[in-house]
Amino acid sequence: MSQSNSEMPFWMDALLLPFLNIMTAFVVMVGIFLVIGVDPVEAGEILLFGAFGYGEGIGYTLYYMTNFVFTGLAVAVAFHAGLFNIGGEGQAYLGGLGAGLVCLLLAEWLPGLLVIPIAILGAALFGAAWAYIPAYLQAYRGSHIVITTIMFNFLAASLMVYLMVNVLNDPSKMSPESVTFPDSVWLPQMHELFAMFGVEIESSPLNVSIFLALLASVFVWIFIWYTRWGYQLRTTGSNASAAIYAGIKPPRVIVLSMCISGALAGMVGVNEILGVNHRLMLDFHVGYGFAGIAVALMGRNHPIGIILAALLFGVLSQGGQELAFEMSNITRDIVVVMQGLVILFCGALEFMYRPWLMKLYLASKGENNAQEVTS
Amino acid sequence: MHSDIAIELTDVSKRFGAVRANDKVNLCVESGTIHGIVGENGAGKSTLMSILYGFYQYDTGHIEVFGKAQYFNNSREALAAGVGMVHQHFMLVEPFTVLENVMLGNEGGKLLKEGRIAAETELKRLANEYGLAVDLHARVSSLSVGLQQRVEILKALYRGAKILILDEPTGVLTPQETAELFRILESLKAQGVTILLITHKLQEIMAITDNVSVMRAGTMVAHRKTSETSKEDIAELMVGRKVLLQVDKIDANVGEALIKVDNLTIKDAQGVERVKQVSFEVKAGEVVGIAGVSGNGQSELLEALSGITKVNSGSMIINGHEVSRKKPASPERMRIRGLAHVPEDRHHMGMVTSFSASESSILGYHNDKEYNGRFIMSRSKVRDYCRKLMDAFDVRPRDPDLKSANFSGGNQQKLILAREMERNPDILLVGQPTRGVDIGAIEFIHRRIIEMRDAGKAILLVSVELEEIISVSDRVLVMCDGVITGEVPAAEATERELGLLMTSSDAQKEVVA
Repeated sequence: MSQSNSEMPFWMDALLLPFLNIMTAFVVMVGIFLVIGVDPVEAGEILLFGAFGYGEGIGYTLYYMTNFVFTGLAVAVAFHAGLFNIGGEGQAYLGGLGAGLVCLLLAEWLPGLLVIPIAILGAALFGAAWAYIPAYLQAYRGSHIVITTIMFNFLAASLMVYLMVNVLNDPSKMSPESVTFPDSVWLPQMHELFAMFGVEIESSPLNVSIFLALLASVFVWIFIWYTRWGYQLRTTGSNASAAIYAGIKPPRVIVLSMCISGALAGMVGVNEILGVNHRLMLDFHVGYGFAGIAVALMGRNHPIGIILAALLFGVLSQGGQELAFEMSNITRDIVVVMQGLVILFCGALEFMYRPWLMKLYLASKGENNAQEVTS
Repeated sequence: MHSDIAIELTDVSKRFGAVRANDKVNLCVESGTIHGIVGENGAGKSTLMSILYGFYQYDTGHIEVFGKAQYFNNSREALAAGVGMVHQHFMLVEPFTVLENVMLGNEGGKLLKEGRIAAETELKRLANEYGLAVDLHARVSSLSVGLQQRVEILKALYRGAKILILDEPTGVLTPQETAELFRILESLKAQGVTILLITHKLQEIMAITDNVSVMRAGTMVAHRKTSETSKEDIAELMVGRKVLLQVDKIDANVGEALIKVDNLTIKDAQGVERVKQVSFEVKAGEVVGIAGVSGNGQSELLEALSGITKVNSGSMIINGHEVSRKKPASPERMRIRGLAHVPEDRHHMGMVTSFSASESSILGYHNDKEYNGRFIMSRSKVRDYCRKLMDAFDVRPRDPDLKSANFSGGNQQKLILAREMERNPDILLVGQPTRGVDIGAIEFIHRRIIEMRDAGKAILLVSVELEEIISVSDRVLVMCDGVITGEVPAAEATERELGLLMTSSDAQKEVVA
């Protein structure tokens, strides 16, 4: 009986519920705008125009989305194995380091076409390695992965500061940055790519990493639902004792899924370091790892959902910055509040409306049945 | 006459979505009687009782308790009207003492002390009056299951229950503990307490109830005076057709031993010995049953045999392959060696309830080439495979895409049995094959196990249902406290004899006396 209580049609669970959650976040946001004396309609217009109104805006939106897709997928893969990877932040940071190191070491000796794939691999490897340690500790030593991945975020931050200040910094600059890579290893940006085909679009940081993100989405989708490894991963995540019964070794699954998760998060480094900044620097990753949790939750841990949720976060990031720029009452902090509200209502309070929707659904279904009986 | 009626239900209906869990149910329970309610799983017994003690609210109908119309919004209101519930799974805080558990939610006052003194006197009175002796200061975790149940009963009485609902109370008890429980129920009845007993064990109905009501598919199909009915009659009413309660089988045609266990010892994660130097054999063509109160090492034994847990000392030879501390096994390797395992708890181990039936139907065999390419697992082939299993074992509904959780207990069990049996293993380990399974499916499952035996397979059956052990097995081993306390040919075994062996390590004197 309790099972029939939890069954809702797919569209309600996957579409209506997230929609209501987002609307709630917006309603609260409108309230805040009114309190601080901002016209919500005007703000909404600026936000949407900033995100979609012109070529450069769209470019930025999609560029942010790329990062959110990577970290969202990272959280989702771990989640299917029953793990909460809070370390996307640190894994993304280290992924950038991996990509950057490859470029710094190899770019002068090898052609770009060879260095780029190695650098992508480097990002994946470093991200995976950074996730491997907490995974190993959880799988074989019983320490909790939520705690260790959070700690590893701080370790990553400290490590990067040390490296950027003392080891990898460009002595000719005052800031903690490496030398700029030769342009042979720069990932083609979208406006350059389009220009090659004679189409002119406005310049933006959007680069071919977005294709990598879409590829990663397809990979995750196939891996989780259409391979025996995905089967083992989901079994472990849903019922660990059934997994053991089936001859699956949960520790191995934990390590494997966390490494994949870390590698996906590390791809943020590809977008940021190879695609946009073209040098190693500090704090290029900030916020994407944590937002990935909300993206995955909102996207129901499914690649399609994650792409849509990542797009929403891309819109909020880009539109929000435009908003902060255009309206004097709105600061960067308000933009963070906006994202926070979406995370709050889509993540933490994800199922707030569920019991209520369920009742509504059952009532309507009950009525239909009653009509069938009487007619 | 009206005041003699404790509970009267008139046309009570309860719907969950499209499912009519209770459809116009009528029930009349006389005060001071023991009233049995029987029915298959999913017949609506539990829903009806949940309505009675305020956990669910009915949609339409009318309920009177002691002549007063009632609509309970929660269990507190039900208790205030005198209806108390003893759950199948105890609702006790294990590290607390008996007294603390009984007081929980009813502490009385800001300081515990006053409430504690009052509760203690009241509990002593209740214990004397009803013959429910329990050490009030003992920790619940240190009590036997039978005593924990007694605490649950005390809890309900302490809160003023005049009507007690017991949900499958004997599921976890030994035959001796069951007899003790029935003695308590009789004395409660003598003091005027009304008892509603939900069970699927027909002999219990016959043994203790005054009246019995039979439910089927959400409706009440019959009310009988127990003295005027029979087991066969009730079984037929429950299922809606004639049921074979005995398992028909030919004599076992025994071959060589496929399982040889020699001095096997298994420790749990805390280092406690759960199985102590156990030795036995299971030969091809026979069913060996292991009887025992659950938690006496049977689960650990099954898990060791199937390769899930490691052996501490001793050895086992499974289909010719030795397994010991030095030569550990794994579930994967055991499957390759021709051993299949139907685990005791299907939700805990046997399937993944959130998976579709087709996904659950390959659990443990997910690497099979039949549906795996080099990288890709073909979902349509898995679906076809599942459909094949469903056809072979008559799993309903025949929908490989339906979530495993949405099948009834009997059909979930059939799917697991199909998965394990259809690969034609030489050895089959079966744990609690009919727990929470309705009578029709029990018949089917028993027949399939016997068929496998007749095909020359070695079968080890672990069950807490003595009737099942006796009727399906050829030989019965009894386990108590990790030791095999006796072996009896099934044809000569009686429940009483097994019951004594099940408690033999410590409680024998007490029981005999």
